[in-house]
Amino acid sequence: MEISNLSIKETQKILLEKKISAYELTQYYLDRIEKLDPQINSYITVNEKALEEAKAIDQKISKGATIESFSLLGIPMGIKDMLCTKGIKTTAGSKMLENFIPPYDSTVVSRLKNQGAILLGKLNQDEFAMGSSSETSYYGPVKNPWNLDCVAGGSSGGSAAAVAAELAQFTIGTDTGGSIRQPAHFCGVVGVKPTYGRVSRYGIVAYASSLDQAGPLAKNVEDAALILETIAGHDSMDSTTSQRKKEPWSENLNANIKGLRVGLVKEYRTDQLYPDVEKVYAESIETLKKLGAEIKEISLPLTEFGIPVYYLIASSEASSNLARYDGVRYGHRAEFKNLSAVELEKFYGQTRGEGFGKEVQRRIMLGTYCLSSGYFDAYYNKASQVRRLISNQYQEAFKSCDVLLSPVTTSPAFKLGERISDPLTMYLNDIFTITVNLAGLPGMSVPFGISKGGLPIGVQLVTAPFEEQKMLNVAYALEMNSNTKGARPNVS
Amino acid sequence: MIDKKTIKKIAELSRLEVSDVDAEEYSVQLSKALQFFEHISKVDTHQIEPMITPVEIESFWREDIVNQEYTAEEMIKNAPESLGHLFKVPPVV
Repeated sequence: MEISNLSIKETQKILLEKKISAYELTQYYLDRIEKLDPQINSYITVNEKALEEAKAIDQKISKGATIESFSLLGIPMGIKDMLCTKGIKTTAGSKMLENFIPPYDSTVVSRLKNQGAILLGKLNQDEFAMGSSSETSYYGPVKNPWNLDCVAGGSSGGSAAAVAAELAQFTIGTDTGGSIRQPAHFCGVVGVKPTYGRVSRYGIVAYASSLDQAGPLAKNVEDAALILETIAGHDSMDSTTSQRKKEPWSENLNANIKGLRVGLVKEYRTDQLYPDVEKVYAESIETLKKLGAEIKEISLPLTEFGIPVYYLIASSEASSNLARYDGVRYGHRAEFKNLSAVELEKFYGQTRGEGFGKEVQRRIMLGTYCLSSGYFDAYYNKASQVRRLISNQYQEAFKSCDVLLSPVTTSPAFKLGERISDPLTMYLNDIFTITVNLAGLPGMSVPFGISKGGLPIGVQLVTAPFEEQKMLNVAYALEMNSNTKGARPNVS
Repeated sequence: MIDKKTIKKIAELSRLEVSDVDAEEYSVQLSKALQFFEHISKVDTHQIEPMITPVEIESFWREDIVNQEYTAEEMIKNAPESLGHLFKVPPVV
């Protein structure tokens, strides 16, 4: 039996039938990680207590625990290294947090553990989630399991690669401008960025607080919906979380999308797409038409300003958020022979200069510049005004359609090293995903094809705030009708 | 144009020690990025309220309970240098 091809529900079935124990299942993943991950580099830290956690779950099962009370009972998972895990190193992909061991679990992690999931380890990513290729990690780049010469995408590259290579049953990533959806597309897995406020940010290393949102990366839409149910919901530790009731998205999944209005964005020019991406995108439109969806063209005229607005706002928030790394309470501190003879400016400057990598430094400086006296109005404030207009346009668009369909990025996974030397070109990768975060909308990517070169290609679905069900239903329908459903990379 | 001198100034504000070689590189990259970003000045934003967060923040009630969630030991454990329950820092006065 090929365990790792099973869905969460199928795995739980064999766990409860005692055909396999949680211990054996965890051991199976740990063995795969040990054997296969050296070439992929998706994990930064493996949880030494994973087997202990699995044993405790087996005891629960033998005492009659059910999946009604523990929705993720016995399921081994990986967590992006942005999310705090009690007693387990949480680096955010940075030298700055190389030795940071959080004294608490982030809300997302504690909710997953409470529902019976087992932590396999912490996943590699771009440093502080700043990047689109997982090449800015202090711990080395993540390789794409479909082609080791290619990037896994980013910033949640480790989270996507680990699911694709079957090094975890599911993973959690974070998405500030596309960081779940883009690596999911590059690695051929499902990735969901929930509505801003659906999922608590408590205990997640902050990059850009008004844009960050955590979400699942999974092998299929049903698993993703189930995980989302577990992590979503109000949290008194994060005042930006919504008090709306979460819904049983996985139970409600419905592939009948007849009459659903699917919008295509006029401004997303298809002549800029790589031929294979264009082809898969066109096929997804045809499939939805055949399934009875009504295809409409809608307009988001401010699309071209999405990238400037995003980088101005995200960098400004980052410069403020990352001010906490001062070498005093936690994190890296530069070495000084005689601390009492060091000037404070030098102490901070050297500590932060050593602890942060170049992409992080660039964004801190960009943000500091945008927020500095004399530039605030022209940059941060102006960007926040344009952000409002972008959000208004989406609201307008959702009056005439239910779901927006688009490519995730213009190309499949690119080669390692190909774009890292030119930050602006790297920023331009994010054109289709980025405005979704600015407006706080839910978005997801779902695999729908494979390029001639053997790389997976996904499509993106976006809906109005808190309408995750609609987006998941369309993804579910596409998944069922995909020619490449269940395709996995050949990793050995 | 963000020249090397401006980079040095921003780096100082950001509390980042940046070498001359890096300052040169950042100057080219940030100039290019900002030049591109300046396109937003073309958008008419007259009387538009800046959007600082995408959702309305809803107030909520909770019980006013005193909780001791962490000990001083736990809080000091990640400090690069400490003395008892105190963080050790350079002289600040």
